[in-house]
Amino acid sequence: MIKETLNTRRLLCPLPVIRTQDKVKQLQPGDVLEVAGTDPGIMQDIPAWCRINGHKVLETRSGDHEYFIVLEVGT
Amino acid sequence: MNQQRKAVALISGGLDSMLAAKTVMEQGVHVEGINFFTGFCVEGHTHAIRDKDKAKPKRNNALWVAEQLGIKLHIVDVIEEYKNVLINPKHGYGAHLNPCLDCKIFMVNRAKRWLVENNFDFIITGEVIGQRPMSQRKNTMPIVAKQSGADDLLLRPLCAKNLPETLPEREGWVDREKLHDITGRSRKPQMAMAEQFGIDDYSQPAGGCCFLVDKFYTAKLVDLWQAQGTKDYELDDVMLLKVGRHIRPAPNFKLIVAREEGEGRFLQGYKKDYISLVSVSHNGPLVLLDGEPSAEDLFLAARITARFGQGREAEQVDVAILDKDGLERVVPVTPLPKAEIPKNWYI
Repeated sequence: MIKETLNTRRLLCPLPVIRTQDKVKQLQPGDVLEVAGTDPGIMQDIPAWCRINGHKVLETRSGDHEYFIVLEVGT
Repeated sequence: MNQQRKAVALISGGLDSMLAAKTVMEQGVHVEGINFFTGFCVEGHTHAIRDKDKAKPKRNNALWVAEQLGIKLHIVDVIEEYKNVLINPKHGYGAHLNPCLDCKIFMVNRAKRWLVENNFDFIITGEVIGQRPMSQRKNTMPIVAKQSGADDLLLRPLCAKNLPETLPEREGWVDREKLHDITGRSRKPQMAMAEQFGIDDYSQPAGGCCFLVDKFYTAKLVDLWQAQGTKDYELDDVMLLKVGRHIRPAPNFKLIVAREEGEGRFLQGYKKDYISLVSVSHNGPLVLLDGEPSAEDLFLAARITARFGQGREAEQVDVAILDKDGLERVVPVTPLPKAEIPKNWYI
C-alpha cells in the first residue's frame, strides 16, 4: 500500500475530479490518496465520484479555505 | 448465453441523457457514462469562488445523474481539443458563441474513440428531434452521426423510432419497440417518463451548464479575442472571465476587479501572471491588469483601483502596483470619480 498526495489547489470543479480520476488510474487497489483543493465543491463531487466508481472515502476535513479528502482506491 | 452488450452514454447532467441511459439500461445493456469538460461548463464556479455562495456549492449534475443511475462516469478533459471546435466551427455559432452542432459532433466523435479504446458496442445520447434549434433537428441528426464517425453505432433512445434503425436495433442488442418517438420542445413526455422511472429530482431547465450560450460571458470572450487580435485562449483566460468586474479603459489593457473577499483570494493566485494593484492606504479590492499598459495607463488603473476601495471619496489614496517580477511601487492617486468611468468600459 502506498500513500500519495494530489494538489488541486486553484482548480475549479470538475478539474479536481478529473485530476483525481487520472491519479487513481495510476494506483493499485488499497492505495491511499489524499486530495487537497481550494474548491469547496470537491467535498461533494469527489465523494460522489468515489461512490460511483467503487472507491472508499476515509476522511474529509477543511480549514483555512482549503479542503482535503483521503480516499482508498477500490478494485 | 447472449453476450451482455456495453454502451457508453453521453451524460450532460440533464434529464434527457439520464432518461436515454435509463431506457437502454432497462433492456439489460451495461451502460457507463462519459462527460466532457470543455472548459466552459463553469456554472458552479461562482459558488466555488465567492464567499457568500461557498456554503452551498453547486452539485456536479453529471456525477449526480450517474449516481442516480448506478453507473460509472468517466469525466474527460477535452479543453485543448475543444479550442478548434470553438474557434473554427464548421457549422457556425448559435445566438452567442455556442457552436452547438460542431460541439455535438465533436463529443460523439470523442465518445466513439473512447468506445473503441474500451471495447464498448455503441453510443447513447439524449438527443430529441426538434429539441434544440441548432443541434437537434431532423436534418442535423444524420450530420452528427456521419461527421462524428459514429454512424449507426449512435443510438438516440428518446427519438429512435423517428430515425432509421441503428446497428444495436438491427442486431437485437436493444428492442426498437421499447425505444421512444419523442419530438419537439415540450418537456411533457420526458417528465412523464421520469415519473414512470421514479425520477423526481433532475436539473432544470435542460440545456446544460455551457456558458457559451451566456451573452454576458461571451461578450467578455469576444472582448478578449478582440484585444488579443486573435481567436485563441488558455484555460486561465476562460476561468478569469467568470471572476470580478471586467473593465477595459483602453484597447491595450483591461482590469479585473475583485467584487468580494473570495474573488480577491482567487485572483491572488494569478499575481505572478499579471500586474496587480491594491489600495494600501484604505481597504480595497485586488485588481489584476491584463495587457501592456503605458505609464499613463498604469496611473489610470491606479485611480480606478482607488475608486473601488473604501477611499473612493478621499482626496488621495495610495495604490501599490506590483509587476509580474514582484517589484512593487506605491503611487498616490485621486480616485477616479464614478462619472468618469463610462458604462462602455464595463465588459
